[in-house]
Amino acid sequence: MKYSAFSIFRQALSGNRGWKPAWREPEPKSHYDAIIVGGGGHGLATAYYLARNHGLTNVAVLEKGYLGSGNVGRNTTIVRANYLLKGNEPFYSHSLKLWEGLEQELNFNAMMSQRGVINLYHSDGQRDAYARRGNAMRLQGEDAELLTREEVRAMVPFLDFDNARFPIRGGLLQRRGGTARHDGVAWGYARGADSRGVDLIQNCEVTGIRIEKGVVKGVETSRGFIACNRLGLAAAGNSSRVAAMAGLRLPIESQVLQAFVSEGIKPFIDQVVTFGADLFYMSQSDKGGLVFGGSLDMYNSYAQRGNLATVESVMEAACSMVPAVSRVKVLRSWGGVMDMSMDGSPIIDRTPIQNLYINCGWCYGGFKATPASGWCFAHLIATGAPHPLTVEMRLDRFERGYAIDETGHGAQANLH
Amino acid sequence: MRLTKRATAPRRTCTKGEERIASLITCPHCGLRPKEEFTIRGDAGPVRPAAGAPAQDFFAYVYLRDNVRGVMHEHWQHTGGCRRWLVVERDTATHAVYSVTDAALFTRARAKIARTSTELPAARPTRKGGRT
Repeated sequence: MKYSAFSIFRQALSGNRGWKPAWREPEPKSHYDAIIVGGGGHGLATAYYLARNHGLTNVAVLEKGYLGSGNVGRNTTIVRANYLLKGNEPFYSHSLKLWEGLEQELNFNAMMSQRGVINLYHSDGQRDAYARRGNAMRLQGEDAELLTREEVRAMVPFLDFDNARFPIRGGLLQRRGGTARHDGVAWGYARGADSRGVDLIQNCEVTGIRIEKGVVKGVETSRGFIACNRLGLAAAGNSSRVAAMAGLRLPIESQVLQAFVSEGIKPFIDQVVTFGADLFYMSQSDKGGLVFGGSLDMYNSYAQRGNLATVESVMEAACSMVPAVSRVKVLRSWGGVMDMSMDGSPIIDRTPIQNLYINCGWCYGGFKATPASGWCFAHLIATGAPHPLTVEMRLDRFERGYAIDETGHGAQANLH
Repeated sequence: MRLTKRATAPRRTCTKGEERIASLITCPHCGLRPKEEFTIRGDAGPVRPAAGAPAQDFFAYVYLRDNVRGVMHEHWQHTGGCRRWLVVERDTATHAVYSVTDAALFTRARAKIARTSTELPAARPTRKGGRT
């Protein structure tokens, strides 16, 4: 069923009784050409592009819970392409271009809103770093503008510009960045993949990976054994656990990241604004709630919930950046399990086991990467060769000494 | 690395079953302290290889992690207190803390096991095979 203004009109006349489920609920077949483990944003996008770009439709996505029940439903929905290093920026640039055409492509309202992303700076050194980053982005063909203090003030007048400790000196703006409806992205890809013949199998937990003579043969699941020619892992925070089923140890630590949403208020903040003095970012959803988050809780966790100390520090950052929010009430908070890699950059690569491919290490930047991650991972699974945009995102880059370390923190996962 | 119970036996401040949530940490030197006084370094499992060890061992030490869902040992520093390095035994799924040991005692106990046992601790599995 194609969604359109006409279909809404026609359904309205018939009391909205004619809508069909957006995807099937098939029983798993005994064999697939390719299986994707993980029915989140990346897994669903991979399945979609396997079918769309490579004509591979005998594909299944296995999800232990319901579709989009992991980090794609637990993020702060920010879409941007403001990276510095050449191993990263072309990939995210491609992702942003895919975001721009995503809704037409999927015939699904993902509520993509290119409202602009402003990174504030508070010192000369930070200004220089952002100038360099902005130049790197422009060299890659992305848009970037270095704003003065007054230019920022014209756009976001209510920030604490004269903060005694961290006065705002300006910002780096990417106008094409913004936000998207996180669940809508997962649902759009799910519907697109399903309509092309991909089986989306929910409540199907992978419990083992069958390997014979170094070649993947299939997966043991809570719904029985399913054979496959190629296996792609897109399990985000649980990547280490799934990879361990194949005997692999990854350069990944799973850590919890919290996010928050306030009560709905009138239109207040038009852009995504990030604080330069602490890791903090804020935007406003279409329902009016302020959506914001900060840093990790700093220790390994699979709990999908965080600590109050982090809540407190995020609230402090919010009030430091935007004093006006001090009396806005927080409605909800939640935590997601981040697959923190040892250099802060993702991994999309083959593994030492034949026909086993892995997609992980998204840290807390996986949402914006969803379209390109699916695009490139599908290319890898279909052709067996890394996509040109991910040639540096290799699993063995740490061993070879080619880490892609945007922040320069080294092999300390909780600092990326 | 999975340690035997013997390794963490010295200065156990609470035993298994006596679960404590991770918001209060029993420092062996300072007593019960709020978690915010501590700085978390991460997994205490990896052991630094000897100076002449092959590059593969150093790669595994620096980069590869078991990343367990369950009980793990972590290096914490009591930065807001005695500034000693500690090893905290904590569950990553529930955040419950089982024991806190001074890192020096932990390391000595582990080294003792390594000397007396043939299978611990150097026998960590490492990823094998060259790749293109």
